[in-house]
Amino acid sequence: MSMRTLPLVFINLGGEMLYILDQRLQTQNTADDNTQKGVWSDDDRKRVMNDIIATMFSKAFMEELLKPQDLYSNRALRTVLTRLAHASIMRLNPASMDRLYELMVMAFKYQLLLCPRPRDLLIISYNHIDAIREFVRDTPSVLNQVDETHRKIIEVYTPLSDGEFQLLRQTLLIFLQDMHVRVSLFLKDKVQNPNGRFALSTTGPVPHGTEVPGLIRMFSGNGKEWKRWEFPTGGSYTSSIRVGSFERFGDRVSRIGTNMYSVTQPEETHTSKNYSQKANSEPNPLAKEELNLLARLLGGMKVQNRNTETGFRVNLFATDQEEEEASLFNSGCDAYCSILIRDVQVNTELARIAGEFTGEPEQTESPEGPSNKGDDLLAMMDEL
Amino acid sequence: MASNMYHKEKSIQMKSSASALYNNLSVLRIAPRSLTYFTVVHANMVNMVSASWDGLNYSHRQLQSKEANVATSSSLIMQAAWCVLPSRDILVLTSQKGIQMYESDGSIMVYWHALDTPETQTAQAVFARGIAAVREKYICVGISSGSMLVFDVPIKGSNITLSEVLEEHKESITDLASECSGSLECIADMVSADDSGNLCVWKSGEDFQLLNKIPGFDMSCSSVKLWKGTVVAGYGTGQIRLYEAVTGIVHAEVNAHARWIYSLDIAPFSGLLLSAAEDSLVRVWHLTMTPETNSVEIVHMYNECVTDTQICGAKFCDGDGYAFAVTGYDLSEIIRYTQV
Repeated sequence: MSMRTLPLVFINLGGEMLYILDQRLQTQNTADDNTQKGVWSDDDRKRVMNDIIATMFSKAFMEELLKPQDLYSNRALRTVLTRLAHASIMRLNPASMDRLYELMVMAFKYQLLLCPRPRDLLIISYNHIDAIREFVRDTPSVLNQVDETHRKIIEVYTPLSDGEFQLLRQTLLIFLQDMHVRVSLFLKDKVQNPNGRFALSTTGPVPHGTEVPGLIRMFSGNGKEWKRWEFPTGGSYTSSIRVGSFERFGDRVSRIGTNMYSVTQPEETHTSKNYSQKANSEPNPLAKEELNLLARLLGGMKVQNRNTETGFRVNLFATDQEEEEASLFNSGCDAYCSILIRDVQVNTELARIAGEFTGEPEQTESPEGPSNKGDDLLAMMDEL
Repeated sequence: MASNMYHKEKSIQMKSSASALYNNLSVLRIAPRSLTYFTVVHANMVNMVSASWDGLNYSHRQLQSKEANVATSSSLIMQAAWCVLPSRDILVLTSQKGIQMYESDGSIMVYWHALDTPETQTAQAVFARGIAAVREKYICVGISSGSMLVFDVPIKGSNITLSEVLEEHKESITDLASECSGSLECIADMVSADDSGNLCVWKSGEDFQLLNKIPGFDMSCSSVKLWKGTVVAGYGTGQIRLYEAVTGIVHAEVNAHARWIYSLDIAPFSGLLLSAAEDSLVRVWHLTMTPETNSVEIVHMYNECVTDTQICGAKFCDGDGYAFAVTGYDLSEIIRYTQV
């Protein structure tokens, strides 16, 4: 379907990821968790954010995304996002990455559904970019990259018609179909129902360009209106509010896509899903092609020195018990995933990059030390 | 408005959920066998459910998009619809890769037409969308480029041929509709709609003839119907407009929905009109023709709110509009309503 989804996918999903990381890393500082206490400083956090944003908005990465192409599969997208999350010295265990991915994706799904007009997906994207700009306002080189990307996005997307935006939105909705992970923040705000589905309102302002429902007008042959009457609408709508700015700067008006974690408590990023839900694990015959695509993309990403002893291993969300539950769920996937990798030709660029993980000596596991390198490889392979 | 005109019946469960696509429900009533077929698109697959009228028997079939395994990309299906011709019913699937046609119950594929895909990837998406059976022997399908393919369908067998390519639209085709009143007096046989809201009115034949072009207002027309010479068009703004097909004269304008309209349907024997949108609402209207004054009147009859659902398909299950069915994005059920 739409060939233009990827840049917006990464800006919005990446943006959500940054919101969550920023909030969670701040929480780590004040946590009672002894393994992390005292490890993170404000500078560390800023450094993580800068590194990730620099990678995401790098010229090479964005250029690759902007090429007209189909949307990646769930698997491929998750791999790249995991790699992005690890573009800094921070390391996430699989359970944390799972949780992060679920939060990101459910937030984006919610934003897509609430989007008043398909074109407003740009407003949502620009809200994310505005926030990202704030994160790196002290680092001119990265800020410049963000600005440059924003300019490009405006250039590419402004000429698209409403129909093309709807096609883009439909493509994304198909991608996010059947995901009903419950997020405690959403449940608390009643934007998500206990069954995981989002609450859609039948009240409020209509989108710009739409009339408030309720009026029927009849015209005679010469174009003159000869009768009008109202019908009951079953909803309660008001006129549209003003349109937000589609420029690089300006009042976006809509709050969709702004940081909803900035005032939340840590517990509200708790997610839960029915484990009886069908996991998307059917054999993927496109694996090889996807990996080639991925390889080109990841090959352009700066590889952090894995040897660093200052690499920080982070549990973003899980208590020990939740982590155990999550790993039990994931373990069934491991065996399948490793088989899948064997089936694919190993001389792809991706395998080369992945090989950088295995080429390093095993580090002794210590409570506060860097994570076991095998864990990283497994974590990455899990996503494929 | 009769607030109790319809009531909800038992839903039909599907094997997978409905995708957010225009006109994502097709219904075929098979009276001799007392059953009804429903088809709903899920990504690169079509769910087909056959429901017996006594409500006791349901059977499921899933049709795959052809060439879904080709290395370059998956092939998403844009639309699935039944084409009712005098001697046979053909199920047509339109996807990113091409057009598949199946015999009756979906068990045999009788025809495959591959879309021309450009050598190098362009920003323009390539897909087929918009399906209509026209008069006795044609099936028309729209393309993302704006072209329309006219297929000549024999009384039986797989010797389906491409008869003509109509190049009139410049934007992606969104929907096609043929005259559904059954009247042979109507001059216009088919209407086509595109992403900029332009409507083309056609007369069928060995060479299709363009009768009229009704300009859009830069807003996508996502669903269109043609009944007794009147075009009923639903737009992304939530508006419904009624036009006289051959002249383009606007009969009526309705501020019908608060969000993008995804589906329209007409019950030809009664003149009931069904509209459904992303705003969670299904509305039933009644159309009345007054030939003396050459006017068409539209009256609102009924609302149904499908809570927390962006509706993507809504169709009457019979020619009188006694029952209708609804699909919604992410819903794995077909919700049914019948008149009280």
